[in-house]
Amino acid sequence: MIKNDMTILIGGDAGQGIQSTGNGFIQSLTRAGLFPFGRQDYRSRIRGGHNFFEIRVSGEQIYTHTDGVDLLVALTEDSVGKHLDEIVPGGGVLYDENFDLDSGTFEGRDVQPFPVPFTSIATDEGGAKVMANTAAIGAVAGLTGFDISYINRIVEENFAVKGDSVVENNVQVAEAGKKYAESKGYEFDYDLSPLPGKPDRMVIDGNQAFALGALTGGCNFISAYPMTPSTSILEWLTKHSAELDIVIKQPESELAAINMAIGAGHVGARSLVTTSGGGFSLMVESLGLAGMTETPIVIAEVQRPGPSTGLPTRTGQGDLSSVVFASQGDSPRLVLAPATIEEAFQAGKRAFDLAEKYQLPVVVLSDQHLADSIRAVPPEEFDTSVDIDRGELLSAEDLEDLEGDYLRHEFTESGVSPRAVPGNKKAVYKTTGNEHDERGDITEDPDLRTRMMDKRMKKVDKALESEFSGPLLYGPETADITFIGWGSTYGAVREAVDRLNEGGTKASFYHFDEIWPLEAGEIKDLLESSRRTLLVENNYSGQLASLITRETGAETPDRILKYDGRPFTPEMILAEVRDLEEVE
Amino acid sequence: MSEEVSLSDYQYPTEPTWCPGCGDFAILRSVKASLTDLGLAPHESLIVSGIGCGSKLPHYMNVNGFHSVHGRPVAVATGAKMANPDMNVVVTAGDGDSYGIGGNHFLHACRRNIGITQIVEDNRVYGLTKGQYSPTSHQGFVTKTSPEGAIEPPVRPVPTALTSGATFIARTFSGSVKEMTKILAKAMDHEGYALVDVLQPCVTFNPGRSYDFYNDLVYELDDDYDPTDRKAAEEKAKEWGDRIPLGVIYEEDRPTYEEQVPALSEGPIVNRSLDPEERSGVDLEELKREFI
Repeated sequence: MIKNDMTILIGGDAGQGIQSTGNGFIQSLTRAGLFPFGRQDYRSRIRGGHNFFEIRVSGEQIYTHTDGVDLLVALTEDSVGKHLDEIVPGGGVLYDENFDLDSGTFEGRDVQPFPVPFTSIATDEGGAKVMANTAAIGAVAGLTGFDISYINRIVEENFAVKGDSVVENNVQVAEAGKKYAESKGYEFDYDLSPLPGKPDRMVIDGNQAFALGALTGGCNFISAYPMTPSTSILEWLTKHSAELDIVIKQPESELAAINMAIGAGHVGARSLVTTSGGGFSLMVESLGLAGMTETPIVIAEVQRPGPSTGLPTRTGQGDLSSVVFASQGDSPRLVLAPATIEEAFQAGKRAFDLAEKYQLPVVVLSDQHLADSIRAVPPEEFDTSVDIDRGELLSAEDLEDLEGDYLRHEFTESGVSPRAVPGNKKAVYKTTGNEHDERGDITEDPDLRTRMMDKRMKKVDKALESEFSGPLLYGPETADITFIGWGSTYGAVREAVDRLNEGGTKASFYHFDEIWPLEAGEIKDLLESSRRTLLVENNYSGQLASLITRETGAETPDRILKYDGRPFTPEMILAEVRDLEEVE
Repeated sequence: MSEEVSLSDYQYPTEPTWCPGCGDFAILRSVKASLTDLGLAPHESLIVSGIGCGSKLPHYMNVNGFHSVHGRPVAVATGAKMANPDMNVVVTAGDGDSYGIGGNHFLHACRRNIGITQIVEDNRVYGLTKGQYSPTSHQGFVTKTSPEGAIEPPVRPVPTALTSGATFIARTFSGSVKEMTKILAKAMDHEGYALVDVLQPCVTFNPGRSYDFYNDLVYELDDDYDPTDRKAAEEKAKEWGDRIPLGVIYEEDRPTYEEQVPALSEGPIVNRSLDPEERSGVDLEELKREFI
């Protein structure tokens, strides 16, 4: 019997409630004390077309999905064919017994068919076909011995707004699904047993965690144009905007979004823009405007694979070079890249202080896999104690004591000029995207121009020195194989490292949660001292690898790259490692 | 509003780089005069501009200025106004900036009724790039990029603003500073979005649209004209060509965008705490419970 360690894949058509079913089941598993990891796979369409939701569940914290499905829950006939090859030996397929499957579908496979009449259970017990997904989850409980009361409680909470009868009907359907599966006496070698006694945990995805972080970090203004997979940040903050007094604007375009954020940032708001790569590309000119005018803004760039529209609902890490370098002329910015849901929160919380302290744009680079994946996280991982640092912002009292003219772009040791927001008598000033002098008046003077460029770029160096701490290590300090990565590849790499170490190969993993400026010295030593260093990235060219080589001169020949729009699994990484080791 | 404001408060040492005879000089004078007439001190306004000859305007007066990029001043101004509705936020930019590259922001500002004043220095030519046809150039206008004459009919700012939902629409002429000053003051005083299209001669690159040219065509709307009469405004907005009406063409009372934003009901967001708990009274630890 395999206890509390399995992957369940719920497949069906868009519009069948795959996502809410998956989310609900994850909530139930979490309440039962288990550790789920859920990820969505969806397409850019509203109705029809195959979607799936994959839930891996474990008795301890996990950070990734893996290859192989133990139980396929097929809500459509199509789902059976699409995922049959992924099912591990001894795994099963739960499907509607009224499906018109080829008689030979399961022939010659070590896969157990579990037909359950989801649709007729839904109609008979609940009165509506749409509850077929609830019947299916009930059947999952029946097959795995999972305590259905956890499911019923979540059904009660999630459907409460729809009224008592909807709740009752769904509970009946879930119970009936369970009983049916049990009554058939199916033998399935998996068991999901509650691990009670755990304190409450949050079920949260990367975008929501970032949004919560941004809120804690003092964000009070958002202008964002919807773009998958960033949109849920805007939606979550909008949902809470009235109670939390956050100004929200969904404007006419991404061009409007970033420029509104700049206008708001200029007058003293903590402004956020959320977008994906396409929107970011449109914003680039004004990214430079923020850099030039020294206006603090935060941009959350949630990547999807490009170029152009690319794969709108899928994952990739192809925008690193774009966010680090996009600009006409050298333009200052900082780039953070959270790897986990916890880090997404921290990046959101931290970005606004950085933007104000260094008076420049801060980009938080995430991706669809991190954005949409959910896990159970202890609430204490999200420290909501608010501690705002606005850097060298001049208060009304400071300005009262100001002698002489206020110089918005004053030359200083650190490059950071004391900042007044417009509206004070003592600090009437201009700023401009043209090159300017300390006062903010346009200049073409070559010496001033040079000093202003130096001033702006110096802030980036200063941030590196004072704020950034270099890549984070997982695993032993010295190892035979050292992985280097960033962003959402974290989960898959981390588990690959664990398995290598368990198998006797000493492995470690550095990930960069701060991408730009890049902490160069430490990386160089690292690359030179490891026996084998493997760069893992979800893009075509190895953009972090190139950045490292550019900054350090160190070569990074071994790269594990994937750009099919899908996230890595530990198995994929381990297979690549085996291939590389065999070549030698 | 400050107690005593005089025109000299707006003096600034930087000399304009405009050509002698440029209509922008009069617009600069009117902007300063209208702010003075409204009793607004320099720190109470933010003038946002784009890129072009006219967009340099905030550099030539003592005022808070944000000289942004081409096409985007309306968006920058909108963000500033939403974050701090107490600020008098004004846009000064040319016709290319406002109706060409920034045309989309113009349309949406009209329907949004955001409380900014958009002053368009409409010289109907690209001046800073030295003489190419613009969105408001007349058909047949021969320029370096239209040697056979401009093919497209011009953008019609007044009817466009009217159909797009603007609540204050005026046209004025930089040949008459006194009238222009009154119009600008009315526009800034208007609650909600205000468009002032300023016919402005470019003596260097569009000599065909000179002071004399306009003087023959323009006339001031008289007191009998009621700008709150939409039907009349629709008729008046069409008038263009042999006679060009100047003055407030349309005016309407409609709630502004910013006064409908729930987060602004207790004043400008920039005057309130950045700490969300202090600002809203919501306990973030409680908020986390929605995920449990």
